[in-house]
Parts: sequence; structure tokens; C-alpha cells
Amino acid sequence: MMPNVSQSAFIQAAMNPDLETPHGIVGPDGLPAPKRFSVYRNNIIVSLKEAMNDGFPAVASLVGEAFFTAMSDIYIRQNPPKSPILALYGASFPEFIAEFEPAASLPYLKDVAGLEYALRHAYHCADATPVDPQAFANANIFSATLSFAPSVSALRSDYPVTQIRTAALGGPQPTGGAEDILITRPDLDPIATAFPSGTATIIDALHAKLPFGEAIEAGPEGLDLPAFIGTLISGGAITKLEYDNV
Amino acid sequence: MTRSINSLPKGVGVGYKPQHFSDILNDPAPVTWLEIHAENYMGAGGRPLAQLRALSDKFPISVHGVGLSIGSEGRLDPDHLARLKHLNTWLEPASFSEHLAWSTHDMGFYNDLLPLPYTETTLKTVGDHIDEVQDNLGRQMLLENPSSYLAFAESSMDEIAFLREVTKRTGCGLLLDVNNVFVSATNLQMDARAYIDAFPLDKVGEIHLGGHDEDEDDHGAPLLIDSHGREVADPVWALFAHTIKKGGVKPTLIEWDTDVPDWSVLVDEAKRAVAHLSPVPA
Repeated sequence: MMPNVSQSAFIQAAMNPDLETPHGIVGPDGLPAPKRFSVYRNNIIVSLKEAMNDGFPAVASLVGEAFFTAMSDIYIRQNPPKSPILALYGASFPEFIAEFEPAASLPYLKDVAGLEYALRHAYHCADATPVDPQAFANANIFSATLSFAPSVSALRSDYPVTQIRTAALGGPQPTGGAEDILITRPDLDPIATAFPSGTATIIDALHAKLPFGEAIEAGPEGLDLPAFIGTLISGGAITKLEYDNV
Repeated sequence: MTRSINSLPKGVGVGYKPQHFSDILNDPAPVTWLEIHAENYMGAGGRPLAQLRALSDKFPISVHGVGLSIGSEGRLDPDHLARLKHLNTWLEPASFSEHLAWSTHDMGFYNDLLPLPYTETTLKTVGDHIDEVQDNLGRQMLLENPSSYLAFAESSMDEIAFLREVTKRTGCGLLLDVNNVFVSATNLQMDARAYIDAFPLDKVGEIHLGGHDEDEDDHGAPLLIDSHGREVADPVWALFAHTIKKGGVKPTLIEWDTDVPDWSVLVDEAKRAVAHLSPVPA
């Protein structure tokens, strides 16, 4: 009776280089073939590392190639993809980074990963038709409740994370401090716009269907309101304005 | 129950890469159809689907799945099957194909085409999975022969006997990857031409051509890796010519998935394939 190699045994050995090649995997001579088996070990990890590199280029740039490869290796083995849609792989990478001690000297790294993932997620979100910008000229606009396009989200960071990301990808050095970030997708390319800390609270309040005016009051003092509303409009962020509550 | 094998033109296609979007629309040269990896178009919207829609207005599209895990011991992922059905309904592609391989185990997706032994047990599982796919999509699918790096001591039949029986039981067609034949034949010390000669070419709805890398096994014997990162090798072109001579002209794809080159390089490969499909009369 020839030994049967279960897929469970195959994948455990493929994902753990310390385990031996499963008994029953052979070359054309019928002899054990560890180097042949290692093709699969290599293919799996290399292809998933490529997916991580493609998905988190700023994180990779900030920590350097060797560090990123080592960190990705650990992440992939602990968190293999749960679905074949690799475009959305790495959602838990920011939390992983937060707990990853060797990266503790870069406290903003988690937020850079979160920003990169949010932009990538927005890139693949469903299309939506924004309201006509003229609709914002309504005298009662501040009593309206808003609906967002699926690609809209807000993030909070203790660091100037949009600038850190830009610098990591070859832009100027970051200045400033904490910020909230509004993700919008005008047409097909997502953008991240920085606002003062507390601005994300407005997005949360709008999601909770508070009227526009009340939601804005929940935001930070010193918010450049025209710039904020301008980003919502130019980003095609609002798909519906409703006045049921007037 | 199922629709006809596929409606790809009997010309040359290429694997679509987003960096070539404008080039393809501006100057497709000899390329008459495109192939996409299904899993890259399973987002909810955005640029990938917008570009795919624009391309599908001009070219027949072949949807090639790389993540369904038809060779899994366990059941197919119903969520993934539903996503495939959605894509199939939305795009109405000219062809759908998948691999004789597995990639998912216990909720993990391992992003490679992993091998399976050829036994009565795996034959039954693969056949049941293909029945499920074809019932779900309401169309015939093509099953692709794998690149092999190793063998299983437990296998009780050869690959061609396995594929023949799968087509007989399920009515599916086959996708013949000629580079995979060359890679497997080299790695497992078999005769590539004999493989082609024994292959049920009447079931083939599409041919794949791609590049491979060269390595060595544990004992210094050549070990070829199906990398899709360079030009098609000369002996693979020769094997392709032999295949066409024996089985006739089929829709033929140039695959180039890593270190993706400029569009002009792919066009040169496509032209070389076209020359094989329409040989100059002697």
C-alpha cells in the first residue's frame, strides 16, 4: 500500500520549512524528492510576498526590503489569505504591525499600512453616481442627511500619515502632527485628504444619519469647512441628500 | 444543459495586464482575443471592472480561474462559485477555464496550483466538482493540464487517462498548456511528443504557451519551473507546431504573468504564434 499524502499534510509541510517533505512525494525515479517539493514551498510564499509588496509599497519603503520581506513572511504564515481575491489580502496587516515588536520604533507604521489598505479597498469598491454639485446650493443643505459612495471612508492617526506615505513613495519630508484622513474616489482613482483630528467624527455622524449641520458641529474647531465640503463634492462622495426631517 | 465548448476565435490571444490597456485598444496588432484571471475581477467595481467592460466591447474574453481549487479533497467554496457565476453572468465571456490543481485548504488560500495524485478517489472528486461548476455556470468549462514538479507514489493512472476519464464523465473540454507538457515531461522524464500524441486533442478548446525557468532537482537532473516570466522556449514552439499539425488550429494564448514586458514584446510573441497557425505553403 502506497502512502497517501493528504492535502492537510501537504500544506502543513509546504507552509512550515521545518517539517519534512511528506512521505509518498517522489521524483520520476520513485525516490523522495524534497527539492521538488520545495518548488511549492517557494511558489506559495514568493507569490504572497509579491501581493504584500504590491499592496503596501509605502510600508515596504519605510522599513526597507529585507525587513519587509521578513515581516511579510511571518504575517503570511500566520495569516494566509482566506479568499482567492488577493486584491483585498492584508486587511489585518495594520493590526499585525501594531503587535510586531521589531517595528515598535516606527509607531506610525500601522497607520501607514491602514491608509494603504483603505486606498486599495476604495479602488475596488462598487461604482456609485454622485449627486449633482448644484444640490449643495440648497438653502436647507445643513438639515439634509447624506448617503456616501461605498468608496468613502475616514481614518484617524496620531501622525501626519498622508505625508509620511507620500514621503515614503518619493515625496517631500512630512511636517505636522496628528490628522484625520478622508478617503474619496473621484471617478476611479482613490485619494486621501488630510483634515484636523476630529474630522472623522463628522463622517461617523453622517453615517449615523445626523443632519449635515449637526454632524459638522460634532467636528473640530478650526476645520476649513469649505475645503471639507469641497473634498466631498469633488470626490463624488455623496450619492444622496434627503430632507425628510425638515 | 451546457452551452457549446467556447466561442474563442481560432487566432492568438494574450493574457491581459492592466499596464497594456491603452496599447491594446490603440494597436492590438495580431491579437484577436484576451484572457483574464477571474480572481482579479471579483471586486465590486472601480477601474478593473471598467477596463474589462471596455475591452469586452472590442475583444472576445476568456475567463481563466486560478482559485477555484477543483482538485480540493473538500467541497468547492460556495462563495467563490457564486462570485464566478456573477462574473460569468456580467461578462458573458467566450470561454471559462480552470486548472487540474488545488489551492484552498481549510479556509486558507495558498495562491499556487498544487498537485494531486491520480487515483479513483481523486477522479471522482474532480468529476463531481466539475459537474458542480458546469451546473452552476450553465456552461461547459475547459480543464487545464498542470505543470508537474513531482509525482505521488499513490497514483494509479497517468495524467492523460485521468483527463480522458474526466472529460468522459463530465462533458468538460480541455485546455492544453503546451509549455506545461514540456515542463512536466522534462521534470518527470517522459516524452513530451508522446504525451501530445496520446492527448485527446478533439476535446481541446484552447492552447496555452508561456515561458519557464530552469533549475535542478535533488540529483542534478533538470527541473523546469512554470514561471510565465519570459519568452516561450524554442522546444516549446516545436512542440506547439507538432500539436497544431496533429490536432489542427486552436485558439492560442501567450501567457506572461511575472516581469511583464512592454506590449511590443508580447506582440512579437503573438506574431510568432500566428506564424505557426498559418504556415507559409511549401
